[in-house]
Amino acid sequence: MMSQGPALYIHVPFCVRKCYYCDFASQPYTSPMAEGYVSALEQEAEHYLTSWPQGQEVPSVYIGGGTPTVLTPQELERVLQVAAAFPRVAGAEWTVEANPGTLTKTKLALLKAAGVNRLSLGVQSFDDDLLVFLGRIHTASEAKTAWDQARRAGFDNLSLDLMYAIPGQSLKLWRQTLQEALALAPEHISTYSLMIEEGTEFARRALEPCPEELDLAQYREAQTRLEQAGLSQYEISNFARPGYACQHNLVYWHNEPYLGLGPAATSYLAGERRTNIRDTISYVDSLGQGCLPIAERELATPELAQAETVILALRLREGLSRPRFARQFGRDVYAVFPQAIDRLMALGLVTMDEFSLSLTAKGLLLANQVALEFLPNNFS
Amino acid sequence: MDTAHIRNFCIIAHIDHGKSTLADRILEQTGAFSAREMQEQVLDQMDLERERGITIKLTPVRLTYRANDGQEYEYNLIDTPGHVDFSYEVSRSLAACEGALLVVDATQGIEAQTLANAYLALEHNLTIIPIINKIDLPSANPDMVKKEIEDVLGLDGDSALLCSAKTGEGVEAILQAIAEQIPPPQGKEEDPLAALIFDSKFDSYRGVIAYIRIMQGTIKAGQNIRLWATGKEYEVDEVGVFGRGLVPVPVLGPGEVGYLSASIKNIKDARVGDTITDADRPVAKPLPGYRHLRPMVYCGLYPQEASDYNLLRESLEKLQLNDAALVFEPETSTALGFGFRCGFLGLLHMEIVQERLEREFGVHIIATAPNVVYEVTKTDGEVLQVDSPAKLPPPTEIESLAEPFVRATIIVPSEFIGAVMELSQEKRGIYHNMEYLDESRVLITYDLPLSEIIFDFFDQLKSRTRGYASLDYDYLGHRASDLVKLDILINGEPVDALSIIVHSERAQYQGRKLVERLRSLIPRQLFDVPIQATIGSRVLARETVKALRKDVLAKCYGGDVTRKRKLLEKQKEGKKRMKQVGNVEIPQEAFMAVLKVK
Repeated sequence: MMSQGPALYIHVPFCVRKCYYCDFASQPYTSPMAEGYVSALEQEAEHYLTSWPQGQEVPSVYIGGGTPTVLTPQELERVLQVAAAFPRVAGAEWTVEANPGTLTKTKLALLKAAGVNRLSLGVQSFDDDLLVFLGRIHTASEAKTAWDQARRAGFDNLSLDLMYAIPGQSLKLWRQTLQEALALAPEHISTYSLMIEEGTEFARRALEPCPEELDLAQYREAQTRLEQAGLSQYEISNFARPGYACQHNLVYWHNEPYLGLGPAATSYLAGERRTNIRDTISYVDSLGQGCLPIAERELATPELAQAETVILALRLREGLSRPRFARQFGRDVYAVFPQAIDRLMALGLVTMDEFSLSLTAKGLLLANQVALEFLPNNFS
Repeated sequence: MDTAHIRNFCIIAHIDHGKSTLADRILEQTGAFSAREMQEQVLDQMDLERERGITIKLTPVRLTYRANDGQEYEYNLIDTPGHVDFSYEVSRSLAACEGALLVVDATQGIEAQTLANAYLALEHNLTIIPIINKIDLPSANPDMVKKEIEDVLGLDGDSALLCSAKTGEGVEAILQAIAEQIPPPQGKEEDPLAALIFDSKFDSYRGVIAYIRIMQGTIKAGQNIRLWATGKEYEVDEVGVFGRGLVPVPVLGPGEVGYLSASIKNIKDARVGDTITDADRPVAKPLPGYRHLRPMVYCGLYPQEASDYNLLRESLEKLQLNDAALVFEPETSTALGFGFRCGFLGLLHMEIVQERLEREFGVHIIATAPNVVYEVTKTDGEVLQVDSPAKLPPPTEIESLAEPFVRATIIVPSEFIGAVMELSQEKRGIYHNMEYLDESRVLITYDLPLSEIIFDFFDQLKSRTRGYASLDYDYLGHRASDLVKLDILINGEPVDALSIIVHSERAQYQGRKLVERLRSLIPRQLFDVPIQATIGSRVLARETVKALRKDVLAKCYGGDVTRKRKLLEKQKEGKKRMKQVGNVEIPQEAFMAVLKVK
């Protein structure tokens, strides 16, 4: 008897170098560090596999980073083997993130052979000046080459990441980037408004953020252009051709379980959120001593689980499924949050029918304000 | 002890001229206390005072000194508060003394408070011993200071004693001079009791401990006494002196400084400046100089959490036990809910109370901008004292308005005369006088509305004179002024806690500045929020806080859920601390915004 288990995420904490906007757990690649990491990852996976319930299958796999493709072919192969060791649902989506500057034919072949069926390319922009400004290691033409190579290697489900609201990026430049992206006929596009996160190079430089008006105009431009090209928006920052929404990320937004391996990876298992040790050396040491490298655990109260379920689902254009919520928590979402929903409807931020609760076009841009209404008051 | 061997004195100085250090040194050299004990027992300052580098007031202390004549003297050192807010208390402390050590910094010379304190000491006929301190510093210029002492204060500059309280140099000579120059107290033991209360403290076991100076007669336990101001009578439980803590003695006689306890429940019944006499054999008239202290500055204090209202009331009551000058009464604001209108002697007093509420009692408060007490003459002839803009009658019922004025004394290097005059004019000052203290320094006096002083006058003065100016002021009384009430409307609703009373000529400017400041303080909401400054129905200025249009996380994947939620929780906590006025959330800083607009 087969059953659906958690989705699987593997974090690769290395990059050629850190981009100026990035606050993810990553560090420059070094060979000894990578060796230690891969071995530790194998041990961590082993721990979960020994107690893996008979017949349980992961619905999706996602290898992200950092830059998974910064690893050598040998290291990459071992990471792919770690992922492959978990039983998968037949035809399950298996994504690997790739930086255009590190993707080679060898690595592409390796990914394809292992069973990877989706690549997400961190292109960010097709303007070379902006790429330099962001601290990216590749040019626009290198990105296109990598894209073509991926196609030639047989990948028919490709996604690319783009960034807007970059200081100095005009609406015209953004339009050009969108055009060039669409010319590649991607199945999926993620467009991210640049956020200046604490601890990043951009924060250190006290970079002046892009004016709100321009940010909004660029967001609308993406919505219009991408929809016209047949990529429909299914999440605040994500667009896909029909049938190509990222299955793995949908697990997060549906607040379903997932297992995260690697430094800083998080898991959501049996209502508990766990976060692994962020520092790679400590992560390796912990596993070397036979300990699971968990830095934090938090058991969600039903109240919090309900709030998070609503907040995450509202990121989706389809919104929160009321029947699904009711099945999960035994109560209708409106019975749980009557005042919040009334207030938000009055403000024109959410809309509700008998099947779903979702953000309006206005609410989509104010998702944080909406989320505040659902968060429990007396959090720890 | 016979009065011939008693010396009662205080130390007076401008801030930072070394009063506390000299007191330390005197204590040390009379062997009364070790340095460590001084920290613990004598200099029983609050943390607050230490942090701010100010000393509000030290406990008095009795010392024994053997002078060169071979005789033993009893020295009572009475401290004076070093801030203009407490000038009445200074005057009562001086009244308890026969002499004063006037400390002047050898590198700074005479400053405004040196002058104010010296004049006060002269008014009380005190013998002044000028002391030039900090002579160890390379920039010390004792000759210049001597000349100033002579020219400005009219004292004998050559008699000034030189010392370094830091190194101890010259302190012995000061101790000797106290015995030689300060006269012994007068007053006869057989006369009816007259004692001056120069300070009082509340002790939860014994009630009020009154710090007293016996002017004549004697006082002992079991004696029936009467307090002049209230006429109330008590039986004395204990009298004593200030040694290592409170040391009981059988009796206090003329000229002595000590304390008494008499189961007095309320500190308001033993006010500073009041006279204690024998209930059975009272004096004919009280000691001169008693004044019932009235608060000069008021503000609203509200609990951040409505549920803390009772805690705030209890905390104010507890502070009041030791602070007869603090007054408060319940007040309701549509914006801030239930709170209290509180009256203070001045801004420092207000700040101290606010900080103590937070620190010692853990009450988180919102304070509205302070205001002075206005005198309103109504059209029907009735005269009102108004301590809150909200209590101002409608304009049609007001015949005239008056506000308190002070005479400000400013000492400054002559190159800053222009800057000082410009500032004083801006603040509606009326020029009174100017005189040169020496070739390079001038003393300027202006009559200024107190309301201007309580805003940023001193900060401005300091910044425009590169820190060189010193300021002191004296209350003059109320004077008629062309004042109006400026209201602030947020999203069309008047916010009572933001109303201020301003001079009509400055209303336009202040209204504009205030709405600009509020616009920058009020976070964007989900809709446009207009902010208006109005006088009656006339709008003076308007700004709009533009609606929030984008507040969304670009990325929220598995690894982000907890971290991003914590950010949202912080955002929500911040919102919770804001005050809801109509539909608008207003941060607490907004209620103090008016202080920053001048």
